[in-house]
Amino acid sequence: MKQQIIVSGIGGQGVLFLTRVIAQAAVNRGLPVLTSETHGMAQRGGTVLSTIKVDNFASPLIRAGQADLGLLLWEENLSVHQTLIRPEGGLYLNAATAGPGERIDASAIARGLGNAVLANLVLLGLAVRKQALFCCVDECETAIRQLAPQKFARQNLEAFHQGLNHN
Amino acid sequence: MKQQIELLMGNEAIGRGLIEAGCQIAAAYPGTPSTEILQAVIDHREQAEEPLHIEWSVNEKIAFEVALAASYTGKRSVAVMKQVGLNVAADPFMRTAYLGVKGGMLTIVADDPGPHSSQNEQDTRLFCLQARVPVLDPASPAEAKELVPLAFELSEKYEMNLVLRPTTRICHSRQNVERQKPLKLERGANFEKDPTRWAATPAFLPPLHRRLNAGLEEIAREPGLQPRLTKGDGSRPRVALVASGIACAHLVDLLDELGLSGRVDLFQVLMPYPLNPEFSARLRQDYSRVLVLEETYPVIELQLAHPGTVGKQDGAVPREGELAPDIIHRVLAAFLDLPAPPELPVQKRGQRPSLCPGCPHRAAFYSIRQCFPKGIFPSDIGCYTLGLNLGAVDTVHCMGACISQGVGFYQAYAQDGEFPTIVVTIGDSTFFHAGIPALINAVIQQARIIVVILDNATTAMTGGQPVPHLGLAADGRKTRAVAIEPLVRASGVDFLEICDPYDKPRFEKLLRQADNYIRGEQGGVAVLISRHGCIMDPAVRKAQPSWQVSVIESCVGCRRCVDAFECPALSMDSEQNIARINPDRCIGCGTCIPVCPVDAIVREETS
Repeated sequence: MKQQIIVSGIGGQGVLFLTRVIAQAAVNRGLPVLTSETHGMAQRGGTVLSTIKVDNFASPLIRAGQADLGLLLWEENLSVHQTLIRPEGGLYLNAATAGPGERIDASAIARGLGNAVLANLVLLGLAVRKQALFCCVDECETAIRQLAPQKFARQNLEAFHQGLNHN
Repeated sequence: MKQQIELLMGNEAIGRGLIEAGCQIAAAYPGTPSTEILQAVIDHREQAEEPLHIEWSVNEKIAFEVALAASYTGKRSVAVMKQVGLNVAADPFMRTAYLGVKGGMLTIVADDPGPHSSQNEQDTRLFCLQARVPVLDPASPAEAKELVPLAFELSEKYEMNLVLRPTTRICHSRQNVERQKPLKLERGANFEKDPTRWAATPAFLPPLHRRLNAGLEEIAREPGLQPRLTKGDGSRPRVALVASGIACAHLVDLLDELGLSGRVDLFQVLMPYPLNPEFSARLRQDYSRVLVLEETYPVIELQLAHPGTVGKQDGAVPREGELAPDIIHRVLAAFLDLPAPPELPVQKRGQRPSLCPGCPHRAAFYSIRQCFPKGIFPSDIGCYTLGLNLGAVDTVHCMGACISQGVGFYQAYAQDGEFPTIVVTIGDSTFFHAGIPALINAVIQQARIIVVILDNATTAMTGGQPVPHLGLAADGRKTRAVAIEPLVRASGVDFLEICDPYDKPRFEKLLRQADNYIRGEQGGVAVLISRHGCIMDPAVRKAQPSWQVSVIESCVGCRRCVDAFECPALSMDSEQNIARINPDRCIGCGTCIPVCPVDAIVREETS
């Protein structure tokens, strides 16, 4: 299934890690995958955007209005990146307040787990529960285990599960 | 085979490709978007079949010269840098084109169309045209990796230095990439002396130049590097699309989306210089209209000299910025008479980058600004460029320019009489890169300036590569440390102080002393080393005390902490008109506490 996904946040929120987890899930399934990432100056607390394109694509970038799905770790980025998402595309946000899209206060949950950065995996959990992504729970768990530093693997999986089971 | 597929960033793929191709000497200076290439060589070094020397050189010229000499011994070598790094290495790079190499030598230069984190959008391919150096332009991470061994082979066949030019969207993309077994070349170092070549004086250069020109004519016809044609179905006769690099990848996806794949002839150019003259002739003969898509300058277009070209020269393709897919859509629609795409929504900028919460540079900049509200502040390339946000950076030009600019400002004012306080800020890595000659010049020219060396013991902007005063080699082994202080003293600086900028009263006292010194009878250059480790380093965070910092009711909403101190952990609650601290971002350094004029920022000890 061809899928174009954006992951949006600010530097230091774990946008790159979340991007890698999703892309690794595609690799493990044997699907071609391309991602693009923000590095350098912009990563110093500024707005960052990653794209993920699963299945047969040549370019890592996503055109305006073509993304099937947006995962936003920073609510204020909605005004910056929403134009990339198709009108009928999925929208999942880390947000404490009400508004468009499916929302979860991932930062609060992550803080409860002892590390605000885990909000990225909490949000992934929500998106997987809603079956918004090409991949399933097991595939995400495998990818998280592959990519997380060993001593944080359990905590990362816990964050993912909190997102999965949150109502 | 399945276990050999890995998800790699373009830079990692290139780094891995270097090891697979038997490269034995790899030298680089970090710079976005090139940095992770050498890091990948470091990370994969255990898989190399033969000894491998890896170094973070102090600048790109040195990296190039180290790799060059290694190639003279017959071994494969690489110098890695970003596009503006090639300017620093330009001197040896230009001469190498004439003298050539022995063992395969690649210069990998990452370009930054956009630009995302650079001071310009210069096109390394055009630099190569000027230098007469063949250059390869990959369209994906996987292709970049595939071109590495081929480039080494051709470098050896033609005894030429070849350039591989990935761009940001290749460097920082990830793709499933296939692993190969690293080559075992079993080469011993064997430098064959030939002063007529390796020390060529002007008399020997015309024949070397002739040889270069002959080589270029041959390599332009190399079968493996010819433009790759995806034939159309003939429905659009005498029309061709020519694209190179990531622009070609964008075009392929766009054609697919528009249902035009395989409908129009598409050439992917792998080697933009030297372009095969037969290809140019064929395009002139077989096609009336040609759209050329390339980043950033019209390198292919200039060489094609096709009268029906649509591209950057006639303005049909934007002459600046990244050729993002939406831009290519607009260009393609106009070229092929397709319905014009809807206007793009205005791009909002989002959150601007800023120095990290707790960054020692913020404390230093704030003090500098406080002490010298009317000062002039030349600065340089690195995280500390973000001192812009604090009004403590007035100029940023190129690596190492700040000290010389400080001298220029001083001389211009001093000849009129009075001079303002000029506070130059330069990071530790930049100081080693290009600051030392500039400091010596400032001293001998008797400039009266303050130079603050922002020493956070790392190359922070690019992710923390080791710096010379750390005593660590690229692979983490211990090496001799080269301290900053004796270098400063040996440069002839008499005023030298060192201070942690977290200690605001002392730091400001030293700044004022420095100002008195430069204005005294014997005054000259004053150097203050602002020393505190980068807080991106977990060990630094752990070692420093941390407090629970909060804003109490006495806050009057003056915004000084938000505007003038600009810590991203601080924001304004506009409804209540008070400052707030975001606990997820605050690291509890307490450097904001003395900033508040009404003492409304307070701390409780937690650890």
